[in-house]
Amino acid sequence: MPEMLSVKNLKIEATSYPPGEPPKVVTLVEGVSFDVEKGKVLGLIGESGAGKSTIGLSALAYGRGGVRITGGQVLLDGKDILTLDKNGIRSIRGARVCYVAQSAAAAFNPAHRLGDQVIEASVRHGIMSREEAKKRALYLFRVLGLPNPETFGDRYPHQVSGGQLQRAMTAMALCPNPELIVFDEPTTALDVTTQIDVLAAIKHAIEETHTAALYITHDLAVVAQISDDIMVLRHGKTVEYGTTKQVIEAPREDYTRALVSVRQTKRDEAADQTGAQLKIEHVSAGYANGFKVLHDVSMHLPKGQTLAIVGESGSGKSTLARVITGLLPPTEGRISFEGKELPRALKGRSNDELRRIQMIYQMADTAMNPRQTVRDIVGRPLSFYFGMHGQKKSERVKELLDQIEMGSRFLDRYPAELSGGQKQRVAIARALAAKPELILCDEPTSALDPLVAEGILNLLLKLQEETAVSYVFITHDIAIVRAIADSVAVMHRGRLVRFGPKSKVLSPPFDDYTDLLLKSVPEMEIGWLERVLKTRRMESAGN
Amino acid sequence: MMESGPLTGPVPTDGSADGTHPRPAELSGVPAKPNPADGEIGGTFWRRFTFRRPLAALILQRLGLSVGLLFAVSLMISGGIEALPGDFATTYLGQSATPQAVENIRKDLGLDKPWTERYLSWLGGAVQGDFGTSWASKNSVGEQIGKRLGNSLFLAFFAALISVPLAVGLGMLAVQFRNRLPDKIINVVSLAAISLPEFFVGYLLIMFFAVKYGIATFPATVYDSMSFTERLSAIALPVATLVLVVLAHMMRMTRAAILNVMSSAYVETAELKGLSAFRIIAKHAAPNAVAPVINVIALNLAYLVVGVVVVEVVFVYPGMGQYMVDAVTVRDMPVVQACGLIFAAFYIFLNMAADILAIIANPRLRHPR
Repeated sequence: MPEMLSVKNLKIEATSYPPGEPPKVVTLVEGVSFDVEKGKVLGLIGESGAGKSTIGLSALAYGRGGVRITGGQVLLDGKDILTLDKNGIRSIRGARVCYVAQSAAAAFNPAHRLGDQVIEASVRHGIMSREEAKKRALYLFRVLGLPNPETFGDRYPHQVSGGQLQRAMTAMALCPNPELIVFDEPTTALDVTTQIDVLAAIKHAIEETHTAALYITHDLAVVAQISDDIMVLRHGKTVEYGTTKQVIEAPREDYTRALVSVRQTKRDEAADQTGAQLKIEHVSAGYANGFKVLHDVSMHLPKGQTLAIVGESGSGKSTLARVITGLLPPTEGRISFEGKELPRALKGRSNDELRRIQMIYQMADTAMNPRQTVRDIVGRPLSFYFGMHGQKKSERVKELLDQIEMGSRFLDRYPAELSGGQKQRVAIARALAAKPELILCDEPTSALDPLVAEGILNLLLKLQEETAVSYVFITHDIAIVRAIADSVAVMHRGRLVRFGPKSKVLSPPFDDYTDLLLKSVPEMEIGWLERVLKTRRMESAGN
Repeated sequence: MMESGPLTGPVPTDGSADGTHPRPAELSGVPAKPNPADGEIGGTFWRRFTFRRPLAALILQRLGLSVGLLFAVSLMISGGIEALPGDFATTYLGQSATPQAVENIRKDLGLDKPWTERYLSWLGGAVQGDFGTSWASKNSVGEQIGKRLGNSLFLAFFAALISVPLAVGLGMLAVQFRNRLPDKIINVVSLAAISLPEFFVGYLLIMFFAVKYGIATFPATVYDSMSFTERLSAIALPVATLVLVVLAHMMRMTRAAILNVMSSAYVETAELKGLSAFRIIAKHAAPNAVAPVINVIALNLAYLVVGVVVVEVVFVYPGMGQYMVDAVTVRDMPVVQACGLIFAAFYIFLNMAADILAIIANPRLRHPR
């Protein structure tokens, strides 16, 4: 079969402007070659900065910002699109090659109806008439399993859910009958329970329309479900390129092997879970407008152990963390710590009560002052809680940096000069500086690449052994729960669905929601998607 | 003895100051009535209404708020004049005033009555469209203002006609040539124009175009007998001044609004659909840049009507601004009240119109979930 897309020896560069230095040219992608046949899917996988999206966009002869394609060939059906002029490129984009963005919520124009946006490219390129395009859109809405396909196109982007938007974007890409579609992390921003439905819809639509596709993701387990071939990328270069079966089951390179085995850390739970350092009893909470977010939630956490709270977005897990910290006083119920009831609101708590409970956030860079150095960030709680200063404070900061495995050479760096993983480590050091007895971790690894996330989890486990600190770990990722938790609380729509020791919560018999949640976590196994869709009991509603 | 005039002036003011205390309560009741969204009374009906027709509810809310604001403004103007030292009688009679003459005039104009009573009777007339008669000229305020307002609007209209398209056009041009020479020139020139006070810009223009080259008319006074073209040439300089003053603000906001939208993901989507540059800007960027641009345009239009006081004085233009300045110097209450209220009304309603347009431009409010 002839190649639909053939990329040969691609080189992509960008000019960066570091402050106070002359501009320099950075090579983003070098020497990348691959082929995609009609009706086949190639998965591009790698961590952030690996050049996946940049390569994907090169199939549309497009570079974001100052990104330029400086070498190689991009052959679409045998013709190099890089040699085309502006109009030639325009006639390919949206007609022969289409793009599905990571965040459909941002990629749809809020000012126009979904239907108009879905058919726009087909009509503008003269591929079909308005009526024909509408018919095709309706057909695609059906194929993708969107609710009320007849009227779906009349809606505006803000009127439908994130999962529906992502499917509508897929419909938009499929509408002009393109020869190639570039999927750029189409399920990354979705909940696991939604992701599985969108994944199934995309797979079904590709099979139905025989288009060729590039599927970009950082999740090897996801790409294993959908692609025929896989290319592993790192720092803009090819690490490994082969069939899905070969890459998943017999990876040749160490880096690929690390990616394949990344989610396999497991830890046994603590045997004795009777104590209760933190006790949450019948807590309800809501916002001032009367919207109730938490309904009668009770759980407890023994000293030195980890309680994982799992659930999808909107389940109330982050709200529960806000209630524990006192940022959002509960409307009912009580929270006690070390046998003493905590004042409901932040204002009523003493400095020492505040010190004992610290927090780590999902977005480490927004939780740090960009104008302060690591020394200031980590040193602040030392002077605030313990009145340390000068030499003593400086020593302690260095000690803390050693504890998070970074060392004193980072002392005078600003957050912008750190990588994502390093920022999260500094945030952990800041929390540790207060000598807390409990750290609330609100999805601290979900914005990180899998290998980096693994490093953070191992660090947290090591710190727990050294300092006997307890964790409340909020996550939507069951694999993380398996890796670190002693006890687990499953939340759904503001209610506690299931609570107990990890071994009990994660083994059958399941309630319907826990069953859905567990089955939605992609596994590194070919054919997992089909198997799960057949056996699950509950559909993820409304997505 | 002369001193007692101004001294007795403030005394009734103090007396009526007590009367103002219950007033704020009554005042706060006014805007609350059309806006019961945050009150308990009628909450359920209003809540259901806001849920089903959020757009209509928002517009109603804005309208009610505007009416309330107008009341507040009329109160503040009235109170402000009351707080000024001296009153119409003393300033009108000047140094030669005898206590008897002052007393007579006060009695004639009703200045001896408490402030609350005068305010209420004025309000009663104003609500029916009768703004009373000017104390200084004994003419009907409504009639006099009518003509002057026409002049002011004439000036504002031409200033707007030139500045709005020019600002939006320059803003788009600056986006097109972002960070290149044309953008930088536009930026520097507009920044200079906005930094100079308007009277200075006015005098500069007079010096060059009227005095040195003699190609423009000064003063810019217009008469009833003037033809349309004569009027146009008379207002050339004040219009130029106003354009220079308001241009920069609108231009910069347009540039920022469009730049903001052009860097959004949905514009990238449009680009990856292979659409033409024109369609991307007109269909995908413009509708989303409308709200902030409308807002700043309305603000500047309001300024063109309200803020022309200085420009009118500089160019001796017989508009509302000059009229009001004259009235304030002699404490001609009815005129100041009427002018102030009209200015406030323009300001409030232009802003309201901008708000409503921005709301209409927002699909989230037009089409609730």
